[in-house]
Amino acid sequence: MWWSDFDDRRTTLLRELERIMREWERPKTAAPAYPALNVWANPEGLIVTAELPGVEPEDIEISIVDRTLTLSGTRRPDTNGEGIKFHRRERGHGKFTRTLQLPFGVEKEKVDAIFNKGVLSIILPRAEAEKPRKVKVKAA
Amino acid sequence: MTNQFEYTKEEVKTPEGAERTRPGRTYVPRVDIYETETEFVLLADLPGVDENSLDITLENDVLTLNGQVNFEPPQGYDLAHVEYGIGDFHRTFAISDKIDRDKIEATIKHGVLRLVMPKKTGPSTRKINVKSA
Repeated sequence: MWWSDFDDRRTTLLRELERIMREWERPKTAAPAYPALNVWANPEGLIVTAELPGVEPEDIEISIVDRTLTLSGTRRPDTNGEGIKFHRRERGHGKFTRTLQLPFGVEKEKVDAIFNKGVLSIILPRAEAEKPRKVKVKAA
Repeated sequence: MTNQFEYTKEEVKTPEGAERTRPGRTYVPRVDIYETETEFVLLADLPGVDENSLDITLENDVLTLNGQVNFEPPQGYDLAHVEYGIGDFHRTFAISDKIDRDKIEATIKHGVLRLVMPKKTGPSTRKINVKSA
C-alpha cells in the first residue's frame, strides 16, 4: 500500500536526521551551543526553529551552501552600562553562529524565514530533484 | 559568540502537591534588572509572548510576570530534533518601596519585556515629629 511505503520513507528520513543531529558541531568546551534549535521534518522539507528574543531581524543572517545551513547573528546589549548598576544580569549578548548539515538539498529560492515574537522559523523545502519518487516497473 | 549565552531553559518548580491550571511546562524567564539615577529597568526574555499573552500584576510588594506561549506545531511535520522545550513563562519579584507604582510602564518587542519603574521623586522617608504630650 502506498501509505506504508510513505511511512517507511518517513522513518528512514527521521533516522537519517537523528544521525546527522548527533554529529552536529558542538563546541568542545562546556559552553552550550546558542541558539538552541528544534527541527521539524516531513518528506517535503524541514522547519528549523530558534528562540532569539531581543535580536533584531536585520541582525539575523541565514545562508545555505550546498547542504549546510548557517544561522548567525548578533544580540546587542540593551544598554552601554554607563552610570547604571546591575542587580540581575542573566541575559547574554554577543555574536552567535550555528551550522547544520541538512539531510537533503533544498530549493534555495523557496527558503523562507519568519521572525515572530522573538521566535525564528526557517522553512526549507526539499529540492524537487531529491524528493523520493515511485518508479513504475514496466513489463518488458 | 560570548560565553554569556546559556541555552538550557529552567523550569518553574511547583510546590509539592500543587498543580498548575494549564497543561504543559512552565519556564523561568531570564532577566536583567538595572538601576539608574531615576528608575529601575527590568528586561525579561519571553520568546513567543506578545502584549496580548503577557500578564503583569503588582500586588503588595510582589510583581508577577505570567507569559502564555500559544504554540501551534507545524501541521504535517514530525518533531525530529529537540534542543529546547516550549511552554509558558512565570516569575515573581519583590519590588522596592522606592518605586512610583503609578508610573510603571511595560513594553514588549521581539519577545523581550521592558518594564520601566521610575523611582519616587522627593524624599522617600517622612520624618514624624514627636511632640511632647
